[in-house]
Amino acid sequence: MPKVSMTVNGKPVSGDVDSRTLLVQFLRETLRLTGTHVGCDTSQCGCCVVHVDGDAVKSCTALALSLEGADVRTIEGLANGDKLHPMQEAFRENHGLQCGFCTPGMIMTAVELVSRKGHTLDEKTIREELEGNLCRCTGYHNIVKAIAAGATAMGAKA
Amino acid sequence: MYAFNYHKPATVADAAALASQHADGKLLAGGMTLLPTMKQRLAQPSDIIDMGKLNDLKGIEVKDGVVTIKAMTRHVTVATSAEVRKAIPALAELAGGIGDPAVRNRGTIGGSVANNDPAADYPAACLALGATIHTNKRAIAADDFFTGLFETALGEGEIITSISFPAPDKANYQKFRNPASRYAIVGVFVAKKGGDVRVAVTGAGDSGVFRQKDFEAALKANFAVAALDGKHQPEKGLNSDIHADAEYRAHLIGVMAKRAVAAAK
Amino acid sequence: MSAQGVGASVLRKEDFRFVTGRGRYTDDINRPGQAHAFFLRSPHAHATINRIDHAAASKMPGVVAIFTGDDIAADKVGGLICGWMIHSKDGSPMKAGAHPALAQGKVRYVGDHVAVVIADTYAQAREAAEKIVVDYGVLPAVTDTADAARTGAPQVHDIAPNNTVYNWHIGDKGATDAAFASARHVAKIDLVNNRLVPNAMEPRAAVGEYDDASDGLVLYTTSQNPHVARLVLSAFIGLAPEHRFRVIAPDVGGGFGSKIFIYAEETVCVWAARKVRRPVKWTADRTEAFLSDAHGRDHVTHGELALDAAGKITAMRVRTTANLGAYLSTFSSCVPTYLYALLLSGQYNIPNIYAEVDAVYTNTAPVDAYRGAGRPEASFLVERLMEIAARETGKDPAEFRRANFITAFPHQTPVILAYDAGNFAASLDSALKLADYANIGKRKAASAAQGKLRGIGFSAYIEACGIAPSAAVGSLGAGVGLWESAEVRVNPIGTVEILTGSHSHGQGHETTFAQLVSGRLGIPFENVSIVHGDTDKVQMGMGTYGSRSGAVGMSAIVKALDKIEAKARKVAGHCLEASPDDIEFRDGKFTVKGTDKSIDFPSVALQAYIAHKFNGQDLEPGLKESAFWDPTNFTFPAGVHICEVEVDPATGVTTIEKWTAVDDFGNLVNPMIVEGQVHGGIAQGVGQALFEGAVYNTDGQLVTASFMDYQMPRADNLPFYDVGTTNTPCPSNPLGIKGCGEAGAIAAPPAVINALTDALGHEDIAMPASPLAVWRAARKTMAMKTAAE
Ligand SMILES: Cc1cc2nc3c(=O)[nH]c(=O)nc-3n(C[C@H](O)[C@H](O)[C@H](O)COP(=O)(O)OP(=O)(O)OC[C@H]3O[C@@H](n4cnc5c(N)ncnc54)[C@H](O)[C@@H]3O)c2cc1C
Ligand code: FES
Ligand code: FES
Repeated sequence: MPKVSMTVNGKPVSGDVDSRTLLVQFLRETLRLTGTHVGCDTSQCGCCVVHVDGDAVKSCTALALSLEGADVRTIEGLANGDKLHPMQEAFRENHGLQCGFCTPGMIMTAVELVSRKGHTLDEKTIREELEGNLCRCTGYHNIVKAIAAGATAMGAKA
Repeated sequence: MYAFNYHKPATVADAAALASQHADGKLLAGGMTLLPTMKQRLAQPSDIIDMGKLNDLKGIEVKDGVVTIKAMTRHVTVATSAEVRKAIPALAELAGGIGDPAVRNRGTIGGSVANNDPAADYPAACLALGATIHTNKRAIAADDFFTGLFETALGEGEIITSISFPAPDKANYQKFRNPASRYAIVGVFVAKKGGDVRVAVTGAGDSGVFRQKDFEAALKANFAVAALDGKHQPEKGLNSDIHADAEYRAHLIGVMAKRAVAAAK
Repeated sequence: MSAQGVGASVLRKEDFRFVTGRGRYTDDINRPGQAHAFFLRSPHAHATINRIDHAAASKMPGVVAIFTGDDIAADKVGGLICGWMIHSKDGSPMKAGAHPALAQGKVRYVGDHVAVVIADTYAQAREAAEKIVVDYGVLPAVTDTADAARTGAPQVHDIAPNNTVYNWHIGDKGATDAAFASARHVAKIDLVNNRLVPNAMEPRAAVGEYDDASDGLVLYTTSQNPHVARLVLSAFIGLAPEHRFRVIAPDVGGGFGSKIFIYAEETVCVWAARKVRRPVKWTADRTEAFLSDAHGRDHVTHGELALDAAGKITAMRVRTTANLGAYLSTFSSCVPTYLYALLLSGQYNIPNIYAEVDAVYTNTAPVDAYRGAGRPEASFLVERLMEIAARETGKDPAEFRRANFITAFPHQTPVILAYDAGNFAASLDSALKLADYANIGKRKAASAAQGKLRGIGFSAYIEACGIAPSAAVGSLGAGVGLWESAEVRVNPIGTVEILTGSHSHGQGHETTFAQLVSGRLGIPFENVSIVHGDTDKVQMGMGTYGSRSGAVGMSAIVKALDKIEAKARKVAGHCLEASPDDIEFRDGKFTVKGTDKSIDFPSVALQAYIAHKFNGQDLEPGLKESAFWDPTNFTFPAGVHICEVEVDPATGVTTIEKWTAVDDFGNLVNPMIVEGQVHGGIAQGVGQALFEGAVYNTDGQLVTASFMDYQMPRADNLPFYDVGTTNTPCPSNPLGIKGCGEAGAIAAPPAVINALTDALGHEDIAMPASPLAVWRAARKTMAMKTAAE
């Protein structure tokens, strides 16, 4: 089996993988980072979003082997120890989650959104940018609020 | 997914050689179409030739009024490129409306054009802007490139290297999205360059993207919304599915064309 | 109210683990040595299985075993059951066709389970499954609800002639017909309540495990009610006796009803684990979820409302055909009967109601409870009829409703339920104000000036929640009681564990239940933990659905806390050398009345365990109590939702411009969580009205089997919602709470369609009102306008 090496949450990792292994499988099964979820087979739900070299990527739609040498960040790598990342904190404070299944993908998407569109995000922008993230629980109301608040908080920190 | 051999060539020539060697192999660009297809076991390539290392295939150049986008350039790069925004704002907007942010972060123009999904956006831009598709072997005019549903003029082992778009005077793309998949049910790209006007329609045709010559003639005479009054897209040759029947698609083509003319800049 | 007690919007305890990726869902669990299951599913909607040849498949790499229906039957494992008996009008019991976990002899829907392949890896299992050769005798299929009972339609089960499960009815036909005969006006509607796919974001999953040492079974599964799963798998399907069977439902990623039921896959995984002596894991992919999760709704209904000269409702008459799919799922039979027709009185004084419900089999996925279950179907019918009646009689829809509201409580409806409390006008008034109804005319004119059509729609819904008094549901055919259990374990240092039979799948029980306990015992919120979802830890429970965990689950906790307090008072009495009657308990302190002699709760807990201050023969040491709460009535959440839409007639696109919800949930435990539940329910209800619909073609293929074709509500389809509450405490439980989990999904569909039909100026639109459908309807509107000019 071919070997793949990458950096995940700041740590170098490697593993022997079947060529078919998707990034999400590498994360969940090989590295046992189970915070990244799988909610569909058609690359539409966004439960699996992680960052690859800073970009939000659907880890269900990338081969692990393609990401040789990449810098990957998952939901597990966002908090600083027990100190939540401002976006995680914003989801908590705004009740932006219920069952929590879509949440890792939502938060990773949101953090990357801020990196592209800045700290002042209007409702319309946030809703449009969530095109690739489905949530069945919250009706999005509190997710949109959480992302706006998290974006502001990320700015205050910087 | 079915099992396959994985290759990651360092040069276009190596990639082309691999592609010719493995008749049942597939080139992998952003994987946003190919991987979901493989996951659903609708494709069974023997070999995957990952173009991820082909850095010569990435980048955008604007020269002499022609925007050349290399094949492995991601949708996000086109959408946010200041040069593209300046030269052909409609093209940047089109790229920014493909899929979702994560899809745009990986999907490439080459993959989109090579795939020629009948509901994809780029093919409309290629046709309406009179683009040229450059491959490792030749240059193909867009009018000759898209040959049918998921069919193109590409030969075995032929790799798209870049696509060049002559900047128009005015253009706009209006997309009516499939409410579920968010691909185009109807996408209309209108471009005016000198006395020429081209109108390309994606999402609707049963053999893929096509030019609406009737609309083009009317707009050549008078590039104004009113010129399209009374012009109708025939239903024949349009797709029907649960989201849109041919009649609705035909109607939407008219509406989107007018909106595109009104918004063209 | 304390800062973290009942009534406070306390941030959720569970969120730290969820936002950091530390949630633990079923698919996150891997057991040592586990093998993977892949289910070979029927590609045909209806076919005989003439032969299954898996010789070649069995030789594929990694294959551990391949089983078919015959293997399960040979093991004397029972079929899946439906736990609610419905009797037809003529007294005959419903016709329940056999429901084997793996098909035997016949497949009845696309996705039906033909065989299971167990292999070292999932990829191997899937690859081997492709090598199984099944000789099918393809039969014609029936998929259409209205068509299923037609003579000559393909027969799904031999036991059910004309595909009829039952012909059920309720109400007084004679009196209702008489009221119609003398009606001044009759409003009528024919409607389809569209079939929905629940689509919790977490797909179903299971890991079955066998322990040779104890000859016991363990099942990790995505369940809203692990104890019910164990009961059914043990007592009815016969996999293992309950004392040697543990079911664990860890974090559950949404359910909305779909994870109540006991399905084939979970059953097979745990059965097969014993066969192959290895843990067996299965996780659905989304396509499997579409094909085989129990769907929701799917009614075809004709309804009529009779009015007298004063515009008062005198009667309602309803005829519904409900599609239950190819097999009866766990609670399917009660959904279109007792969860539906009992709600037909809505918020209104309707002296006579008669409803007939025919349930039919079709070659489609089983249909069972989905968020709201029966009540959305009822409220859609009632609220559409109310709107139409108001329009036809030239009345303002809000005032027409008000004129027919029930105003005196308790109120006995003609369809069994007795509403205990409510104030419907209060919710209406508040909603009208929030929605700025007074200025709707101006907003409509502004839209018209832009070539758009604007409309406003009302929905004054009621639901029966807090399911349910056991004896009452027993008399209606339920196979189980619907009480809830709780155990309160106070540790010697005064921290508390609550063991509950409720099971959160997004509702935040770890927070709300802890609020209750912390407020009641005066201990820090952090010192309370909730234990749920494990049959080895919690003795018994009925689970979470039907907005029951607050009204029933928390009531059980209150009852157990009463016992804790009584016992602690005795212990405190010994410590303080006073009679328990002279002791008051407040803010976590036991004080001898009129003195400053006191002891705090943790100290009492310690004393209870060290048992030095009292005689262990008179008073048992320890501090642990349990309780079962059996409700005395349903609860009746009710409210008014107002939806305002704008339609672009050129494209058929409908935009929700404004959403107002004013709900009466009785007392609120955590307003933040309640609002979240309302938001989520509205989104699902809007989904039903505008986006979602499971479509089978005539061959029985599910055309909408992925998110590519089944439109899920997305962030940019929905607005912010204006949510308010009114508060009429529920008299039948100690906390006065009614439940809020389903309200939005019940209220929203008629509000949307009433708004849309208001915008369109005619009633000719069905759900889901997709852009295509609305475009067609708007063309009719434009034609009507031209004709009128
Ligand atoms: C959720 C989702 C939503 C989407 N929405 C849209 C949408 O709204 N509009 C839209 O247009 N598209 C949409 N797409 C498709 C997306 O744009 C894809 O990125 C694109 O169609 C394919 O590009 P790719 O780089 O991912 O190609 P790949 O998937 O890697 O390849 C696609 C095909 O092209 C071939 N190929 C790739 N590159 C070359 C090359 N340089 N030369 C020759 N052959 C090549 C491959 O062999 C393969 O057969 C969506 C995709 C997803 C997952
Ligand atoms: S699991 Fe990746 S998008 Fe759904
Ligand atoms: S919180 Fe459950 S899916 Fe989003």
